[in-house]
Amino acid sequence: MYAQMVKSEASNDDPALLAAFQARIDAGEKIEPKEWMPEGYRKTLIRQIGQHAHSEIVGQLPEGNWITRAPTLERKAILLAKVQDEAGHGLYLYCAAETLGVSRDELTEALLSGKMKYSSIFNYPTLTWADMGAVGWLVDGAAIMNQVPLQRTSFGPYARAMVRICKEESFHQRQGYDIMMKMARGTPEQKAMAQDALNRFWYPSLMMFGPSDKDSVHSAQSMAWKIKMNTNDELRQKFVDQTVPQAEYLGLTIPDPAVKWNEEKGGYDFSEPDWTEFFEVIKGNGPCNAERIEARQKAWEDGAWFRDGLMAHAAKQRTAQVAAE
Amino acid sequence: MSSEWPLWEIFIRGQHGLNHRHVGSLHAPDAEMAVKHARDVYTRRNEGVSIWVVPSNAITASSPSEKGPLFEPSNAKVYRHPTFFDIPDEVGKM
Repeated sequence: MYAQMVKSEASNDDPALLAAFQARIDAGEKIEPKEWMPEGYRKTLIRQIGQHAHSEIVGQLPEGNWITRAPTLERKAILLAKVQDEAGHGLYLYCAAETLGVSRDELTEALLSGKMKYSSIFNYPTLTWADMGAVGWLVDGAAIMNQVPLQRTSFGPYARAMVRICKEESFHQRQGYDIMMKMARGTPEQKAMAQDALNRFWYPSLMMFGPSDKDSVHSAQSMAWKIKMNTNDELRQKFVDQTVPQAEYLGLTIPDPAVKWNEEKGGYDFSEPDWTEFFEVIKGNGPCNAERIEARQKAWEDGAWFRDGLMAHAAKQRTAQVAAE
Repeated sequence: MSSEWPLWEIFIRGQHGLNHRHVGSLHAPDAEMAVKHARDVYTRRNEGVSIWVVPSNAITASSPSEKGPLFEPSNAKVYRHPTFFDIPDEVGKM
């Protein structure tokens, strides 16, 4: 997902307080920033929301790659709006994380130093225009699977950020599918491009949900705290069930011969992605890891004079105002 | 010299006739930029007709641990609700 393999932190808090806290969560109450919370809950959430925010920000890069080369002015305007939304989503999430006592700069620095991760999916290149279709359709589609249930998560600011994000995310997926429809019904070359994009993004999209975690203790803790709402396998299955018929409608083939409807389980059978590849990408050895962080590093450094300049201007204005009074 | 842009709380009036409502927060160097950022971050889809920005550190909040003592007095005054009083049906709607 946008937050993959988030380890939950142990809490060394008073058992009575922990039990009271769990009772509030079980009763469906929202936890707000100034209220008491276990240290583990706070730390796990900072990690999870931070990773989610970083994913939105880094996620602008593979799509930003195509803004200047969009095939029409309308597609360009749509893509710009979509990438701007991703920036907005990053900002909602950073603010939610900051209510837990971490600063924006700390989060940015943790991303740049590699201390915090972002989703594995954004370490794959976007080679053709059809990839803009595949990213919207598959990557945003996978993200929605996870974000819709997170609207009910126990931490108030996170849940509210998710509500805003989900309202906007559907546009992202639909514009992607619209690109795929156009290409799948275009010339044989265009259809081949659409198929190629699906081939390259299928398994990386399945990896977004992370490896099976049905036996993971971290997962169990996060689910008890309602900061994780479903297991990775549940969400992956749901995603496949939703996506296979959509691919059929496009006349495209899922690049997995094992994909087959299973009447008994009421879902599709499919092959697991190559988890060795996933772990390599997470470790930093994906096709674009270095490029992505370099781009963020450059933006951070090149923007420093501007951030400082505006602060200096604000200070000067304040001084002038005081002098005038 | 780098210092982080201060945090602002953003309030938006969604439609004419409604209250401004807290929608979230953002960082900006000053109030003027906070309004511009709020426009971009919180009203990309016509969500507002007016924006207020308030420095986050200017907000004084009630303490969650005092929730009990703070709100208990109003809890105890059930007669403040109209349903506390039984009005006979013969009197009609009141």
